[in-house]
Amino acid sequence: MNIIPLFSAVPLASAFLISLLGKRVKGFGDWLANLSAVFLTALSLFSIALVNNGPGSLVYKVGGWPPPLGICLVLDGISSFMLVTVNLIACLVMIYSISYMGRYTDKDKFYSLILLMLAGMNGVIISGDMFNLYVFLEIAAISSYSLVAFGTEQEELEASFKYMVMGTIASAFILLGIALLYARTSTLNMADISRVLAEGQPNKVIPFVSVLFLMGFGLKAALVPFHAWLPDAHPSAPAPISAMLSGVLIKTLGVYALIRIFFNVLGIRAEILSILMILGVVSMLVGVFLAIGQWDFKRLLAYHSISQVGYIFLGLGLGTPLGIAGGLFHLFNHSMFKSLLFLNSGAVDYAIGTRDLKRMGGLRERMPVTGNTSLVASMSIAGIPPFNGFWSKLIIILACLQAGHPVYAFFAVLGSILTLASFLKVQRYAFFGQLKQHLRAVVEVPLAMRAAMIAIAVICLAGGLLLLPGLRKVFLDAAAAALTSGTGYAQLVLGAQ
Amino acid sequence: MKRPEMNQNNEMKAEGRNRLDDGSEGMTLIVKTITRLTVGLILLFGIYIVLHGHLTPGGGFAGGVIIALSFIHLMLAFGKTFALKKMSLAASSFFESSGAILFLSIALLGFIGGYFFLNFLNKGVNFELFSAGTIPFCNIAICLKVGAGLFAVFTVLVVFRMNSGGKK
Amino acid sequence: MVYLLVILLFCVGVYCILAKKNLIKIIIGIGIIEYALNLLFVLFGYRYQGRAPILASDQIITDMVDPLPQALVLTAIVIGLATMALMVAIAVRLYEKYGTFDITEIRKLKG
Repeated sequence: MNIIPLFSAVPLASAFLISLLGKRVKGFGDWLANLSAVFLTALSLFSIALVNNGPGSLVYKVGGWPPPLGICLVLDGISSFMLVTVNLIACLVMIYSISYMGRYTDKDKFYSLILLMLAGMNGVIISGDMFNLYVFLEIAAISSYSLVAFGTEQEELEASFKYMVMGTIASAFILLGIALLYARTSTLNMADISRVLAEGQPNKVIPFVSVLFLMGFGLKAALVPFHAWLPDAHPSAPAPISAMLSGVLIKTLGVYALIRIFFNVLGIRAEILSILMILGVVSMLVGVFLAIGQWDFKRLLAYHSISQVGYIFLGLGLGTPLGIAGGLFHLFNHSMFKSLLFLNSGAVDYAIGTRDLKRMGGLRERMPVTGNTSLVASMSIAGIPPFNGFWSKLIIILACLQAGHPVYAFFAVLGSILTLASFLKVQRYAFFGQLKQHLRAVVEVPLAMRAAMIAIAVICLAGGLLLLPGLRKVFLDAAAAALTSGTGYAQLVLGAQ
Repeated sequence: MKRPEMNQNNEMKAEGRNRLDDGSEGMTLIVKTITRLTVGLILLFGIYIVLHGHLTPGGGFAGGVIIALSFIHLMLAFGKTFALKKMSLAASSFFESSGAILFLSIALLGFIGGYFFLNFLNKGVNFELFSAGTIPFCNIAICLKVGAGLFAVFTVLVVFRMNSGGKK
Repeated sequence: MVYLLVILLFCVGVYCILAKKNLIKIIIGIGIIEYALNLLFVLFGYRYQGRAPILASDQIITDMVDPLPQALVLTAIVIGLATMALMVAIAVRLYEKYGTFDITEIRKLKG
């Protein structure tokens, strides 16, 4: 029970210790950052055991103050699900960046910033209080703004500035929403807000606050009217940061915060769900259509991120238990294969120095590990059995048909076919085909990068096993139940000790 | 001094200035004399606001900003080389990180009493200076972090501008 | 009534971000938005004829304004400070690389 605050305290402590002692002791940054990431991964796997063996949720009172007065940290099914996703990807990305970031100056500052971002994301996931959520969201967002600009070239600075202006406006809308919600309910605890809203009269401020939160968190999640920062920011960042941003940051700050507030605090309403579904379908289609014409490897992957987040919102917007389970499973799978794809593009960039697809060819013979793992990831994202992407897309399509929206199911299948088309293009131009003359001398990437990529590829292959009844009850069903219980969240949190 | 040239958008063209402007000489004699008298008082006022954070408005953030302002005042009046001798960039980076680690260790020590961030020291009599448990220590840690951080941000922006065109 | 003035300030900030071409003016617009939001949040805590929420040993105060928004706005101001500092630092570097502050000329990333 006492481990809950460690999720954000440990990365914070490591970040500042690295900033303090990184210059004195050589190699200190590498060791401490990777050790804390491995420790956090183990802790998050332990938290799944805690949540499933005990009552439905664990509430931790910070400082001993009881919940309506004090800040509380909540660990329930969906929190532990997100914690496993975030910390697993962070651990593998940090192992990858031991060798990749050697090419940049100031590796210690990189470790401090990425640990701060991890602390912010963990804090968003476990927070039970609205303003605490906002503060940790800002910590993660500001660290990501500076990480996107880490190389300080022309394009990276421009992309980071654009991302920063749009991200700050989104945070401003979120703060406005929190202020209005506070004025209506005069409490900041999420469970208490949902209790007060359920007991009181429906007020006109609640739809306004819903729209503000949709705008703010939707920009962080790159839903379609608010997606314009993503194709510039994600390619310009160094490859491990692109993997973290696209793999976990847009899901934690955007998707998780949005569904926590809409399902558990404000209550499930049919209009909001249909808006989420429509925006999800539009994101899906806009993402794949814009991605087909791209020749920059990372920009293509960034557009596909927009499209896959559309799938997640389609699944979550259905509201049925099958749909929510499908959406959450797709969230986990997308973190895995999108991070693997970005790490592959980083490996290609490390080896040959360019991201342009037209200048690559036949890399599979010289870089076997990168080629094979990228084949695994491309088949996962396109939804080919038996990789994990196939199972989650199948669940979403079946849930659409079951809930009576055959048109959305048709669009989902169309999106999947177009995704397959653009990844066939990537594979043909980058990895298969004739090895170009000037590429004959490339070598495979160092051990740390290879190890991280192989680990994620194994998870992609084995991801379908998470649907077996024993593992599914532990992992997915707990998460889906926490969401479908809706405002039952209030009873759980306030009633627990 | 030449009138600065304007381009189509009526904004100044991007060219160097004409005066010697590397920031090492500070300002005029009047400003320097007054600064010598007031900088110590500003620092003392900032420390007062930090230490009385549990009794009067203020606390760590506001006091930290005032302490940073006293060092920035020194830099503006006397020039950057003089001020960087008093508090160098490495020292402010050290204070910043140690302030954050101090704050985290106070929070983690709350585990002694059973809860993260528990106020575990003796709470004393109300409204006295030495009361309210761990709150004054948290204020001091926040003051170190905010003050050193703000001074470091200002120094880096100013120092970078002086090396305009240089690689960094 | 005073809430309408604060919303007007927020709209001025949004106008600055949308309609100005200079990077520094955009940053100032973001600053105005942050000030307007912090002010709004503090004003939500006002109680009718309330007094400042400070306890002293010899006074008994029965009607205070709400102190919780004031503590939260303190944090929000510092977050705004960090964001603005980062934005100004990136703007300075952008000026060094591109030679101009005009956003219509800083457009290398397209498509």
